[in-house]
Amino acid sequence: MPETTAAPAETGRPSPKGPGRSPSGLRLARLRDFALVPAIIAIAIVGQIVHPIFLQADNLINILQTMSEISLLVLAQALVLIVGKMDLSLESTFGLAPGVAAWLTVAVGTGSGLGLLSGFWAIPITLAVGVLVGVVNALFIVRFGLNGFIVTLGMLIVLRGLLTGISGGQTFFNLPESMTYLGSAMWFGVPASIWICLALFAVGVLVMGFTGFGRSLYAIGGNVDAAKAAGIRTDRVLWITLITASVLAAIGGLLLTGRLASVAAAQGDGAIFTVFAAAVIGGVSLNGGKGTVFGAFTGILLLYMIQNVLTLAGVPAQWIEALNGAIILTALALSRLTGGKTQE
Amino acid sequence: MGASTSPSSVTGPIAEAERITKRYGETVALDGAHITIMPGETHALVGRNGAGKSTLVSILTGLQEPDEGEIRFAGRPAPRLSERNAWRERVACVYQKSTIIPELTVAENLYLNRHDHNGLRLVSWKSMWKKAADLLEAWSVDVDVRLPAKELGVEQRQFVEIARALSFGARFIILDEPTAQLDGAAIARLFDRMRAMREQGVTFLFISHHLQEIYEICDTVTVFRDARHILTAPVMELPRGDLVAAMTGEAAGLQERKARPSVPPDADVILDARGLTDGDLYTGVDLRVRAGEIVGLAGLGGSGKTELAETIAGLRAPREGTVEVAGRRPRAGSVPDSLAAGVGLVPRDRHHQGLIPLMSIADNTTMTVPERLGTAGLVSGRRRDDLAREMITNLAIKTPGPELPVNGLSGGNQQKVVMARALASDPRLLVLITPTAGVDVRSKEFLLAKVEEIAGKGTGVVIASDELDDLRLCDRVLVMFHGRVTTELAAGWHDHEMVAAMEGVELDA
Repeated sequence: MPETTAAPAETGRPSPKGPGRSPSGLRLARLRDFALVPAIIAIAIVGQIVHPIFLQADNLINILQTMSEISLLVLAQALVLIVGKMDLSLESTFGLAPGVAAWLTVAVGTGSGLGLLSGFWAIPITLAVGVLVGVVNALFIVRFGLNGFIVTLGMLIVLRGLLTGISGGQTFFNLPESMTYLGSAMWFGVPASIWICLALFAVGVLVMGFTGFGRSLYAIGGNVDAAKAAGIRTDRVLWITLITASVLAAIGGLLLTGRLASVAAAQGDGAIFTVFAAAVIGGVSLNGGKGTVFGAFTGILLLYMIQNVLTLAGVPAQWIEALNGAIILTALALSRLTGGKTQE
Repeated sequence: MGASTSPSSVTGPIAEAERITKRYGETVALDGAHITIMPGETHALVGRNGAGKSTLVSILTGLQEPDEGEIRFAGRPAPRLSERNAWRERVACVYQKSTIIPELTVAENLYLNRHDHNGLRLVSWKSMWKKAADLLEAWSVDVDVRLPAKELGVEQRQFVEIARALSFGARFIILDEPTAQLDGAAIARLFDRMRAMREQGVTFLFISHHLQEIYEICDTVTVFRDARHILTAPVMELPRGDLVAAMTGEAAGLQERKARPSVPPDADVILDARGLTDGDLYTGVDLRVRAGEIVGLAGLGGSGKTELAETIAGLRAPREGTVEVAGRRPRAGSVPDSLAAGVGLVPRDRHHQGLIPLMSIADNTTMTVPERLGTAGLVSGRRRDDLAREMITNLAIKTPGPELPVNGLSGGNQQKVVMARALASDPRLLVLITPTAGVDVRSKEFLLAKVEEIAGKGTGVVIASDELDDLRLCDRVLVMFHGRVTTELAAGWHDHEMVAAMEGVELDA
């Protein structure tokens, strides 16, 4: 295909550094997306050796379902990182959005529910809280030009505090059916949350790879001045990205709420570390402008597969956490070695 | 894309600027300047730093509005500033700073924010790659469009930027110092390409510090000096001497200076640098400085003078060669070692390397001499302030006290703080890089007088600069061009000689 059209028959006076290197450079660029695939296959093989149940459909579905909620945070964070910002508050939006919905819809008497609205409103409220958090983030970061790390750190603390406040530190039970449906329903024999997660990632791949909007995220993250010079409305793109990320976090929270049929006051606590690790392992740069949605997906998939293998191998639960950290560091070191360049 | 205006149909100037005046506060960047560019020519714009070239470029490309005056393209008034696309169809500019996004492919950089869409309104990569490849082929740029832009060299990146500029339909292109980062062979290739594009009807406005390039590639030359238009003439009819004279100004003759006492030939050798080489930056430089001697390193940006001076001061390590300071050989690239050997440095840019803006004058001036501030690593505030006060008096820094943060000082006083820091360690060798950049006249005189005073006490001094005033007090000046010392001038040179040597032209050629 176009590989040959790009290098016309001008070998008589080649430019100094270009054509000689291009084929390998091209192949590398295309392969970078799939950098984690060999690792995923290797883990699958190890998993199968450790326990023959690993590759059975039930177990695979189990892995996908446990990661489906947090993977939406990874998707959200990948978008924000690519555009060159950071959003720490995603993990508390993950808890607060369904928390507010539960607070307003759960009948008086069970926990701290207010029972103000009917169950019908639960999902719209969840999404609205997501939008609102995104708007506040964008207001501080884009409009007032504050540092995204600090702004979203502040938001993380505020939102977590809000959830503790409205719930009184307790767990919301007896949720309306509309809230639990998506997280617990089965579509074609597979949990709905897996379908939703895969569908949103597919949309993400499509938008980031094949729309002018998606490409403008890369341009802004790569060189904001050049993006402006090319006529991209950078502020508007940032607004949309930050709001989308918060909404994705709210949806993720909704799915988890459905699966557990409750909203704990601590829902989402500490998830952001896994989210960052997955995104970076998946090749998304903390400096912006680099990485793909597909890569981010392989990053979180790899982490959860390893966790599953460890569980199957009978590693005591109290040790899983430490091993998890060690795995993240190892994965980072490996991707640094294979990627060749210093990771930021 | 497609050419919106065929250049052959234009008979008048393709671009003209008339009576342009632009002020920034009290500074007049352009003072009634004008330029007229005819279609198909390659027009050079030259002038020393601060002549107003960059301001004219930003006005000609629609980034800024002139306070007075008018811009016309092909006889019609320029579009409004907000109409970016209308500007892009008329004029394109390849700025010194690259506007390429490194992580994206070449094709995407070419068609950023104007991707091709398919029936589903999705980006159609295939047709974009095809279009990009066609575009580059049409202008004979041999680059794989699917390569990430970061893998391109400087030269290829420039060609891609030129092609992108052309793809908007503009046939008038401004190249702002395109050769500054290129080596000789790459410059030759750039000129080949420019000639080929000129055949296809492209007009260039070419900005360069290197006069021999003007004679090689340009048809017409316009000289700006001190924000004014000085002359426009066909290159062939303008002898090099006249061009240099137009740039420096005839009036600025030799200024009277007190002759410095000559350095005794048996004075100690303070700096002995041999065979310093670092790739293309500088090659095979030998430099000896005796106690009390002031040696200048002259050259334009990219000549290697700054890098060489930084090497001598221990900020960089050379690939080859040795630096010996007062008989000691500090570890290459080690600032602490160089400090210990007795080197004081006034770095190139006080904002980046010279000062810590929020820290006090006292902290900044004593940064190089922590051992004099107290024992066992503790800093005695009083001893620090005493030392700082001494230096404030010594260098006449205007401040209420040593505790003021340095960002509260004027540029000239800030530079004095940098100088104070360099002198705090009583250096045997003082290295100064563009020591009077962005400094008012009085402070400049003061700083230069101080340098002479220090040399009088037996310190060897190296000044790397392209400011003639800085170089004038040197006992001798080594002029660098493309990384080599090409000329050595003894004190008492004429401005014309010095500028010609820095520009790399032979006056009698």
